[in-house]
Amino acid sequence: MIDLVDTAEEARFRTSARAWLRANVPSPPLPSGDTREGFARHVEWERRLFDARWSVVSWPERYGGRDASLWEWLVFEEEYYAAGAPQRVTQNGIFLLAPTLYEFGTPAQQDHLLPRIAAAEDLWCQGWSEPEAGSDLAAVTSRAVRDDAAGGWRLSGQKTWTTRGAFCTHLFGLFRTDPTAGRHRGLTYFLVPLGAPGVTVRGFGRLDGDEGFAEVTFVDVLVPDEAVLGGVGNGWRVAMSTASSERGLSLRSPGRFLATADRLVALARSRAEALSPRLRDRVIRAWVGAQAYQMFTRHQVSAMLDGAQPGARASLNKLFWSELDIELHETALELLGAEAETDTAWSRGFLFSLAGPIYAGTNEIQRTIVAERVLGLPRAP
Amino acid sequence: MRFCLDADQVALRDAVRDMLALECPPALVRAAWPPGDPAAVAALWRDLARMGLFGAAVSVHCGGLGLGETDLVPILTEVGYAAVPLPVAETMAVAAPLLAATGDPGGYLPGVLAGTTRVAIAGAGDLVPYGMLADLVLVLRDGRARIVEPLTTAVVSTVDGSRAAARLALPSAGTVTDDPELVDLCLDRADLATAAQLLGLGRRMLDLTVGYVGTRRQFGAPIGSFQAVQHRLADALLGLEFAMPAVLAAGWALAHRTGSRRQDVSIAVLLAGDAARTMAKTAIQCHGAIGYTVEYDLHLYAKRTWALAASCGTDSHLDRLAAALDLPKGGFP
Repeated sequence: MIDLVDTAEEARFRTSARAWLRANVPSPPLPSGDTREGFARHVEWERRLFDARWSVVSWPERYGGRDASLWEWLVFEEEYYAAGAPQRVTQNGIFLLAPTLYEFGTPAQQDHLLPRIAAAEDLWCQGWSEPEAGSDLAAVTSRAVRDDAAGGWRLSGQKTWTTRGAFCTHLFGLFRTDPTAGRHRGLTYFLVPLGAPGVTVRGFGRLDGDEGFAEVTFVDVLVPDEAVLGGVGNGWRVAMSTASSERGLSLRSPGRFLATADRLVALARSRAEALSPRLRDRVIRAWVGAQAYQMFTRHQVSAMLDGAQPGARASLNKLFWSELDIELHETALELLGAEAETDTAWSRGFLFSLAGPIYAGTNEIQRTIVAERVLGLPRAP
Repeated sequence: MRFCLDADQVALRDAVRDMLALECPPALVRAAWPPGDPAAVAALWRDLARMGLFGAAVSVHCGGLGLGETDLVPILTEVGYAAVPLPVAETMAVAAPLLAATGDPGGYLPGVLAGTTRVAIAGAGDLVPYGMLADLVLVLRDGRARIVEPLTTAVVSTVDGSRAAARLALPSAGTVTDDPELVDLCLDRADLATAAQLLGLGRRMLDLTVGYVGTRRQFGAPIGSFQAVQHRLADALLGLEFAMPAVLAAGWALAHRTGSRRQDVSIAVLLAGDAARTMAKTAIQCHGAIGYTVEYDLHLYAKRTWALAASCGTDSHLDRLAAALDLPKGGFP
């Protein structure tokens, strides 16, 4: 059935989230979370969220959540971004690793790691790309070698373009445990503390100049067996679960784009002198795009609650939100005219939006996935 | 919050789909092109009436099925998928519920429900799609809804030859309502019906194209395995996938008379129109030369797409959204 209004329970949840956010969202906004100083301020914010039990609303109460439904989670996200609340520097732990832990983690891993993720005690980054393995993720060469005497695995190799790697405490990543197995078969998903001996992290500037990227080098880094997530040799499958979260609803709910679209409309109203008919239409169409994403995700959540797995359809989300985000920001910059070159939330947002079609698998990869696995076209040669 | 079709809606949609797959194949759409086979087309109308579809949006006590706009969206999507060459949407989704709501002063409703009376809707000016087949014409203009019998009929040659369009001289009488809310509701229902049909037409063109590029071989491989083709089709699918929920949501907004319903209809029209037009171009291009023929079926659906997308008027919907968003009305102040 269709009912597109909040239930009484959802409405109460919305009111309570809105009230807390209104009272607590920092003003003026925090400095960028992709700088060392800004990151620390964002971690403080994450701990305030956790203390008020707003950091992981859909998780079980025993891990610091509220057992909120998927609908309530969507509501929270809408309110969060509408309130202009800070970026989530814990997103890789909360939205990417955690869903994978729920699916593949042992009870001991879940009980140990999930509360620490919720509380922003462990700060996770993603270790997938390597200098020679970007879109072609299965080409990773970083390896893990079994050390029976030490009772664990020894990691070597290099990961790069690791978002906020210079500030995080832990990394989840893919390492090759069986060099003789097929490309996708010999991989294992490891959970690695970045403070372990043999790990070096070097931060470097992204397109926006912030030190938001890092390369992480592993030289004979010893990790215990408990550092394996989802079984030795099963890394590709586990990683694809994380990728589905990264492409789909989990990482990019409609709330953030609805909020950006509303800010774009407000900007257009405030700059009526710049609003040519062409720009007016561009503003409207960008706003329509955000509404389309919301309707799409609502439909998707209903299907998920009926038991459907988004699977390859998460690539549809990723294509849409990443290109929508660029359109929203480009339109704002056009409205700003000559002011567009100044350092503002819009210019920073624009630079950040350009990463969208690249991370989580480039949009070229996503289009191929959609073509082959959603449309069922023959495999590319 | 809940946003998926229920079992009844799915069952009705599937029944319509199965019926149209049998009774409205491409050959039937071709039969509506001149000189055509009017008897075959008339038989399809009777089949639709027998399913009770013309009373779909009419209350049960007036002899209909009592469905709302939400329920109509999946049905009309199937009507679009089959490119039914008859004023089904006009009669079912707009005229019949209007007649029921106004007490049917002209006594037309029984004929509509029985499948003996077809109602077309006048477009801009005197052009009336399906005017050649219509017994009655609904005119939604100047804050009034009028239902009239045409005075004179002149056939018009159209790009989509199955539209049976005519230029009609229409009498000025026949007002069934001047209630602005009811007139707006008729306009919104007509737009919603068009958006839903466009989704279906898009799906039809997508299915044809996916089928074709999977079997057509060039350079020793199916052309659907080439990224240039794959990525265009992925983009076309994206448009359709993101339009569909917006159209369904607009149906729900109309059914519940929400405050944002007119905006929601405009969003649906813009998304469905863009998606279907993109799909038509993509489908023709991905087929190559065979997609540029009239022997192959694709053109039946592409031409209907162009006709329906044009009938909605993009600018009026952008203007409506501009007003809703409190943006200046297109132009420097």
